Amino acid sequence: MWKYILKRLLALIPVVAGVILIVYLILNIAPGDPARIALGDEVSAEVLHQWREEHGLNDPILIRYLRYLAGFFTGDFGNSFSPLQTPVFDEIMARFPYTIFLSVVAMVITFVLAFPLGILAAIKQNTWFDSISMFVSLIGVSMPIFWLGMLLLLWFSLGLGWFPSFGADSFAAVVLPAVSLGFSSMASMARTTRSSMLEVVRQDYIRTARAKGIGYGRVIRKHAIRNSLIPTLTIAGIQIGNLLTGTVIVEQVFAWPGIGSLMIQSILARDFPMVLGCMVLFTLIFAIINLIVDLAYAYVDPRIRAQYS
Amino acid sequence: MNVLSTGSQALGKTAQPKKRSQWADVWRRLKRNKMAIAGLIIFLLLCTAAITAPLFYNFDTDIVSINIPNRLQPPSAQNWFGTDEMGRDIFARVVWGSRMSLFIGITSAAFALIIGGFFGAIAGYFGKMSDSIIMRVMDIFQAIPGTLLAICIAAALGPSVINLIIALSVSFAPSFARVVRAPILTIREVEYIEAAKAIGAKPRTIIFNHVLPNCLAPIIVHTTLAIAIMILITSGLSFLGLGIQPPMPEWGSLLAGARGHIRDHSYMAFFPGAAIMLTILSLNLLGDGLRDALDPRLK
Repeated sequence: MWKYILKRLLALIPVVAGVILIVYLILNIAPGDPARIALGDEVSAEVLHQWREEHGLNDPILIRYLRYLAGFFTGDFGNSFSPLQTPVFDEIMARFPYTIFLSVVAMVITFVLAFPLGILAAIKQNTWFDSISMFVSLIGVSMPIFWLGMLLLLWFSLGLGWFPSFGADSFAAVVLPAVSLGFSSMASMARTTRSSMLEVVRQDYIRTARAKGIGYGRVIRKHAIRNSLIPTLTIAGIQIGNLLTGTVIVEQVFAWPGIGSLMIQSILARDFPMVLGCMVLFTLIFAIINLIVDLAYAYVDPRIRAQYS
Repeated sequence: MNVLSTGSQALGKTAQPKKRSQWADVWRRLKRNKMAIAGLIIFLLLCTAAITAPLFYNFDTDIVSINIPNRLQPPSAQNWFGTDEMGRDIFARVVWGSRMSLFIGITSAAFALIIGGFFGAIAGYFGKMSDSIIMRVMDIFQAIPGTLLAICIAAALGPSVINLIIALSVSFAPSFARVVRAPILTIREVEYIEAAKAIGAKPRTIIFNHVLPNCLAPIIVHTTLAIAIMILITSGLSFLGLGIQPPMPEWGSLLAGARGHIRDHSYMAFFPGAAIMLTILSLNLLGDGLRDALDPRLK
């Protein structure tokens, strides 16, 4: 098992190098001279040249990429193009806890609601509970998160005044962003849980268990839920990825000071080292989540576990 | 224009009489699914609204012209969805916005399908070296979350319709490559492909006449759902100011414009969002219905 994890972690290195290359190339086709954007139009060619020299922009792109890569693996993400020239790594680390906190709260909301909702809807198939919860989830997967965020803001912050409308100063401030972030993932996972549960309860081994005289509740708890978890886990991995991507938009709606809003602000300010750093960090988390999901398969399904050992 | 018609056209060319009855079968199964039909009808209505919008509105006088005395009017018989801070009719702008969203969503999905399908078909059909090279590159692209890659490309190229389409089709091509490759891998081993090879058919003929029609089902479903995701991302990017720029109406940028007035004029934030939701809902219903209808195991 540990060997497998180590192998997967080592396999991440070329992927990260490839991802950095792609993002590096993309950001380099951007029109506009970063030196001019940073310093304005009023400065002389010499100053511009000097600035480019300082930021290492006068070398060929391949050299710059390799230099960045070497720096990256030692925790040096370069410096921001902003006048303060903050190290990208420091800025990202300062913002990172906010994004993690927001995503974890959203994830908890997602999982705590999605599983019971999906399982109950499946058990009570074709009742009003099933219809209502599936209708709500259908709406949930179709709602753009920024619109949901705006509506929540309108009703619960401006209207009822229960929660602050922006910032991250109090614990209550996380509620609205987390709900808007988690709602569509919750809806999508509830739908998957329901359909995989419905598939499982039709299996022969469920009928066998019932025929042996085991009570309905016990069959559901011991036999059905665990088996229905596998498709749900696949979706869970995708949904956690979606949650992360969603932070980019949600943080902007609620002025949440995380990496998502940092990335958008950096894009608008054409601060490309910062954008690059955010992109790479998002990709890294994304990859690690996929690894965790693969390991979770092994935890849930002994057949998969057997393949590793 | 939409997925269904391109799918059936591609089939129309190659299909034998017996095949056509198979697609009639799919249609029969789809028709039985009320939700899917509802989705199809809503989507066709939205497409109709998008195509016929210029018959009812003049872009210069109705969509972008400023009419300050009439600004920020709540919904009324005159302005069904009210007016915005420039006095423009929100209903007209939402209808016009559907042209943007649907056009970008459908075109980007088509390009992503062409690019991804091309590489996926090569990887799946020829296998070996080409497969491992193409799929490793796709792996790296897929390691970046699609939405973020699209944001990144759109940001680098600058905001415009063409750049948005480039960003979306490049970001989602890898997922199409995967969807095209998987069924080809299994179909390639089947006897009728062997037979076609034996009578000396060229790879191109085999791929287009024999392999593709037989792996259309997952491709159609994936394309339908991809259009939905692309419309969502388009509106998201425009909301962030990286997509369609005002005064051109797009649902996301309409919502961004409504943010400043949300306290006193909340209707401005309601209708464009509802339009996005309706579109995504219809495509999700249609995609789910197609998935069931195209699965011959579910009779």
